[in-house]
Amino acid sequence: MEDIAILGAGMHPWGKWGRNFVEYGTVAAKKALDDARVEWSEVGFISGAITVRCGYPGYVAGSTMARALGFNGTQVASSYAACASGATALSVARGQILSGACDVALVVGADTTPDGFLAPNAGTRTDDTDWLRFHMVGATNPVYFGLHARRRMELYGATQEDFALVKVKNSKHAVFNQNARFNKEYALEDVYNSPVVSDPLRLLEICTTSDGGAAVVVSSLDYAKSIGVSDPVRISAIALNTPTYPDPLIDLPYLATDSSASTLPSETGFKESIGKYVYEEAGVGPEDVDVAEVYDLASSMELDWYEQLGFCQPGEAETLLRDGSTSIGGRIPVNPSGGLGAFGEAVPAQAIAQVCEVNWQLSQRAGNRQVEGARIGITANQGLFGHGSSVLLRR
Amino acid sequence: MKIEIPAVEGFFTVEEEAHLIGGRFKKSGSYCFPKDLGGSDPNFPEDEVEEVLLSRFGKIWSYTNSVYPPPPPFIAADPYEPIVIAAVELEEEKIVIIGQVVNGYRVEDLSIGMSVEVKVGTLYEDSENRYLTWMWKPLLEEQKQDKS
Repeated sequence: MEDIAILGAGMHPWGKWGRNFVEYGTVAAKKALDDARVEWSEVGFISGAITVRCGYPGYVAGSTMARALGFNGTQVASSYAACASGATALSVARGQILSGACDVALVVGADTTPDGFLAPNAGTRTDDTDWLRFHMVGATNPVYFGLHARRRMELYGATQEDFALVKVKNSKHAVFNQNARFNKEYALEDVYNSPVVSDPLRLLEICTTSDGGAAVVVSSLDYAKSIGVSDPVRISAIALNTPTYPDPLIDLPYLATDSSASTLPSETGFKESIGKYVYEEAGVGPEDVDVAEVYDLASSMELDWYEQLGFCQPGEAETLLRDGSTSIGGRIPVNPSGGLGAFGEAVPAQAIAQVCEVNWQLSQRAGNRQVEGARIGITANQGLFGHGSSVLLRR
Repeated sequence: MKIEIPAVEGFFTVEEEAHLIGGRFKKSGSYCFPKDLGGSDPNFPEDEVEEVLLSRFGKIWSYTNSVYPPPPPFIAADPYEPIVIAAVELEEEKIVIIGQVVNGYRVEDLSIGMSVEVKVGTLYEDSENRYLTWMWKPLLEEQKQDKS
């Protein structure tokens, strides 16, 4: 598939603002349009990432945002894929551009979140595994993170210090990011002094829920050239993988894995398949990647991604972390934005926010958190119920 | 005396030697839990699921806890005692199933590979009923010998 251009990116700072999500989305969209030097009237397609926490306006996020920007007849779609919603919305926009249906698209996601654990909507649904896992087991999201963190300790000898060091590293990056909710640099002691949420993980190692918004303006390469943008950051590949049966790893929101009794699991795991897909589509390999934004719902999950995206072999992530390879200035900086640990989850916005950050890195506009000379970047994300997503960008 | 009833029907049998109620795919021989909410093996497109009782014994694949009370639809006891949760691998069914660990165990008492059996325990209660769910219970030494 052909590349598309990123003309502009914008975010509403993450926080706990308690205001209407439409406000965050509108601020992010206007910043992205300003950054792109594109007028709203020139946008042929608006692709909204859905929130399920803000009532009906959230279910039709694309048209809600279009109305806030001013209804003008623009084509619209709204996408939901849990935490991968933003990547799905971006993929829909890419399809519209590459099919020739439009030249310029605006992709936007925003959310207003409740305090505490993310939980199912009200009601009794005994045929919904997301409802069942809370009701019958008490399995919150951090419970699944804890299960995998413990497993990592058993398989590879990871320690709680390794998990804490991920938080310390990402907090150093976040100090330079005004869009991050937490700009404070945390020391190991701070992490150790925070309470355990789901053993072995502590409060500071598990991402919180946040309000925030993110948007990008994308176009065909021809359109970019026509407005004088000859060397844009390009999106070369987008993955929207489902798992392959049987997936032997327990994952939220399920009570059980698939059974491997009939068919052996694929040699490539679900999360490994996400990166593999974009590498193949873009014709690059993990060794070519200069910067990555990964979905660190928990600090331990960042370590898993190092291996799943091919930056090192299984069991080597702790070494990569400790030798500074994944810090800014290292071989393959991961989460230079500060990651979800510094932002918190604003579900429909976060996959778009990852693309914003890699865009700023590749266009050398990331300020004090700049990864020098970055030309290829990858994002990785996963929405529950089997939505894997990844975006590969290059300059 | 309170009446004991499953918090949701159809997931486990209520007896001393309790079983999880799962599904078995007739053609592929694969399993799922719960019975009606399993994914399908695409290599066996016309398969059907039948109800089966799953193995009573398994090994801990991993474990954790929830130090804070989970939000609704979980019904947390007041005062809340941290629940311990294990993911358990059933050898024959080649499946990993999560569940609470019976009362009285802390994460420090558990290890990966530990043998456990399925039990039924109280999830929550009101003035009239005790609502039950499935739970994992570590095997005592002598039970392990019995099983082998």
